[in-house]
Amino acid sequence: MILKGIVKDFGPTRVLDGVDLDIRPGEFMTLVGPSGCGKSTLLRIIAGLEVQSAGSVTIAGRKVDALPPSERDVAMVFQSYALYPHMSVGANIASPLELRRLRLIERLPILRWFSPRRARVMREIMSEVRVVAEQLQLTELLERRPAQLSGGQRQRVALGRAMVRQPAAFLMDEPLSNLDAKLRVHMRTELAELHARLGTTFVYVTHDQVEAMTMSDRVALMDKGVIRQLGTPSELYDSPADLTVARFIGSPPINLIEVDADAERQIRIAGLSLRAPETGRHTLGIRPEALQLSAPGPESLAARLRRSENLGAEWLLHFDIEQREPIAMRLTTTEYAAVRPAAGEVLHLRATPMGAHLFGRDGARVGTATELGVAT
Amino acid sequence: MMGRWTTRLLAHAVLMLGAVVMLAPFLWMFLTSIRPADEVFGAVFNLIPRRFAAVENYSRAFFEGNLLRAMINGALVCLGILVVQLLAAIPAAYALAKLRFRGQGLLFALVLFGLCVPIQVPALPIYLGLAQAGLLNSYFALMVPFFLTVFGMFLLRQFFRTYPDEVLDAARLDGMSEFEIVWRLATPAALPAIAAFSVFSVVAHWNDLYWPLIVVTSSELATPPLGILAFRDTESGGNYGALMAGAALVTAPLVVAFLLARRAFVRGITMTGVR
Amino acid sequence: MISARDRAQARAGVAFALPAFALIVALLLAPLVALLVLSVTDYRLGAVAVRSVGLEHYAALFSDEVFQRSLRNTFLYVAFVLPGAVFGGLGVALLIHGRTRSRTFYEIAYFLPVTATLVAMATVWQFMLHPSLGPVSTLLAWLGFGQVDLLNDPSLALGTLALIGLWQVIGFNMVLFLAGLSAIPRDLYEAAALDGARSAVDRFMRVTWPMLGPTTMFVTVTSTITSFKVFDTVVVLTRGGPLGSTETLLYVLYLEGFQYFRTGYAAAMTVVLLAFLVLLSILQAKVIDRKVHYA
Repeated sequence: MILKGIVKDFGPTRVLDGVDLDIRPGEFMTLVGPSGCGKSTLLRIIAGLEVQSAGSVTIAGRKVDALPPSERDVAMVFQSYALYPHMSVGANIASPLELRRLRLIERLPILRWFSPRRARVMREIMSEVRVVAEQLQLTELLERRPAQLSGGQRQRVALGRAMVRQPAAFLMDEPLSNLDAKLRVHMRTELAELHARLGTTFVYVTHDQVEAMTMSDRVALMDKGVIRQLGTPSELYDSPADLTVARFIGSPPINLIEVDADAERQIRIAGLSLRAPETGRHTLGIRPEALQLSAPGPESLAARLRRSENLGAEWLLHFDIEQREPIAMRLTTTEYAAVRPAAGEVLHLRATPMGAHLFGRDGARVGTATELGVAT
Repeated sequence: MMGRWTTRLLAHAVLMLGAVVMLAPFLWMFLTSIRPADEVFGAVFNLIPRRFAAVENYSRAFFEGNLLRAMINGALVCLGILVVQLLAAIPAAYALAKLRFRGQGLLFALVLFGLCVPIQVPALPIYLGLAQAGLLNSYFALMVPFFLTVFGMFLLRQFFRTYPDEVLDAARLDGMSEFEIVWRLATPAALPAIAAFSVFSVVAHWNDLYWPLIVVTSSELATPPLGILAFRDTESGGNYGALMAGAALVTAPLVVAFLLARRAFVRGITMTGVR
Repeated sequence: MISARDRAQARAGVAFALPAFALIVALLLAPLVALLVLSVTDYRLGAVAVRSVGLEHYAALFSDEVFQRSLRNTFLYVAFVLPGAVFGGLGVALLIHGRTRSRTFYEIAYFLPVTATLVAMATVWQFMLHPSLGPVSTLLAWLGFGQVDLLNDPSLALGTLALIGLWQVIGFNMVLFLAGLSAIPRDLYEAAALDGARSAVDRFMRVTWPMLGPTTMFVTVTSTITSFKVFDTVVVLTRGGPLGSTETLLYVLYLEGFQYFRTGYAAAMTVVLLAFLVLLSILQAKVIDRKVHYA
């Protein structure tokens, strides 16, 4: 799928401002970003449910801009599933095949009984439906109506309806956001496995960065109508292109500390020693797991412990730093047991260079502390 | 592309044709009401009358045609009916929705049953009862069968059911009596539903012909439908202008109310669909 | 253990419900009982002696030409009005639903007949249908139908009343359908579009019509019951004529009970009317309800 220069205006508001995206065949591509960033709009433009103000969409080598949604060879799973409430699960799944293989006359309520071809085609369709139902474990539910199903089951029916067409690509608009937390974790694995099994291109929209990170081959992080960074999940985590990406990816979020580069463009803080490309204000981003406790000293960062959170497998410590935003730090249970810090206590922290990133005044990333490191 | 334009045009044409049919009687009524008697014949060809006779037609309808009195009666009767309806239905609906008492189920079953029974069914016995009591041909007779509104009870019960119980409990803890709760808490909260019901009730009873026709024998008690009917009978053969003016007068209050508060009005009349 | 508070509430409940309950007894239950009793007597208003006649009246209804004819007329009337009322209302709602600018105008135009007093508007219709003075006759003549007197022709009068009835009710149904259409979630249409529903017919059959099920059922039931109770136009326009072709059930009932004062007989007729109405509501509700409720 190739998106070139997609612009979308809703009246005076520009929702998409020149988006270029190349989606490789068979890949799991996630569009992620805060609400309002335009990711759902982009997905709907791919599907043909919205028409772009400028730019072109190519699917499987064909320009689809002039084609209606039904002819673009894409299937969509909606956030609300959009199942036909009056039809059984089986009929829901069969729906796209019915609409494509039967002529209008063969679908009209009474006239369709007179068509011999319809009976034959319906038999074929129903066998395909049963295959898909098997794959999704829906076989016992084929006669039920959507109202009688749970959220997870409805979602699988929506998937089935998309799968049965064997389209060139699956488009998914926040399919997991209506499920409870446990089910969401379970479905994440299911979807990832489904993708591996089918090998079809998945274009997945979510605001949840965990889903983006765990399921995707590549992630396009969007903000305010543009793609801020396109890359694998590791790339986004380890080499965020700018502050927006760094802030969005990672939980707990990255610690951002305002620092100043002195006249020699040197920055010294928390045990790091960097040379910045220019003088003046920069932002240093340190991942919570890149902080460690250290001995007090001129190089270390003094931080007053505000709160400790016990997450079971590890601890999360929240600190206040003088004249700056609070930061958070990860500590293993062993490390915590060794120190047992009390609230209000002042501790000293150092950062590992690999988990620390320097950002310039414009927000773009300059490099990691390792790259910019200067021997002390 | 051609297809889309022609379908849109066709749709517009069909709608417009229908709208013309819907509005034609109103237009005709109005045009005739300002037309002098001698221009009635052949009016189709001279839609705008040469001489305006609005004042004579309307005043004739208003005063000689007893329509002033009919409309006053209509207002009185509708108001009287509505007041008693609300006084009886609101507490009962609240009780059904929020209180537990013996016979509650029976009462609700009766309400549901009553929804299937139109006024024309108990009309005969009620008429006989009124005749026995010598109360025919009175304002009371005009209003009495409608004092009961199972529809109002049903509607308000549905509404009251959505009122949060916690607020009621808080009020009770504060020391409010149930009586106060009904009239000071629940009723103000139900104002939209009450307003819509009031529209429904007033429209239905302003327009009602069956019961007034049975019960009223003197022209002093004529309601708007009776007024126009009587006017038509006295004007037969003659003054269509005045007759149409009369029709316009009778329909005017409701039409004006509709145009002024369209959404509220429509909601009220079609609220029978609020199941 | 019933607490004091529960008892207080129960007392309040009874007190609040009492006026309504009294009204129900006086205006609903007692009359129904009275009807049943009257229907087996030979009571006439003003009579001194009353005698029981068993089910004589009910039997008589079967052979009563006038009553049977009124039944036929009423059923014909309903059959005439109902399709137009339901599908006309739906059609207008569908056409109006997508529009933005002209929508208000059409909503007002179609709903206006619903608000107007039918007796008054029937009088207007009478004038419009006048054979020599009315525009309708002129229009029909111009269209080549010759001299037609719609209200005085026995084969046309009932149909004319039905058309007027349709005129009055179509706007009501339109509003109900518009509300139903607005309630259909948009993503169902989108899912259908992706599934391959290309034409408006596909969209209508797959999404619109099924989702309008409850609304359609409601509209059908209310339109049927309203049509069954046709009365005003008969009184104003035809008084049952010409030749009894527009004598409907309620009109005949009115005559029997309040003009001829054959009270016992009229009571039996009323019981039959009630039975019809209740039966109609239940029948339609049952038949359509099964297919229609899936939420």
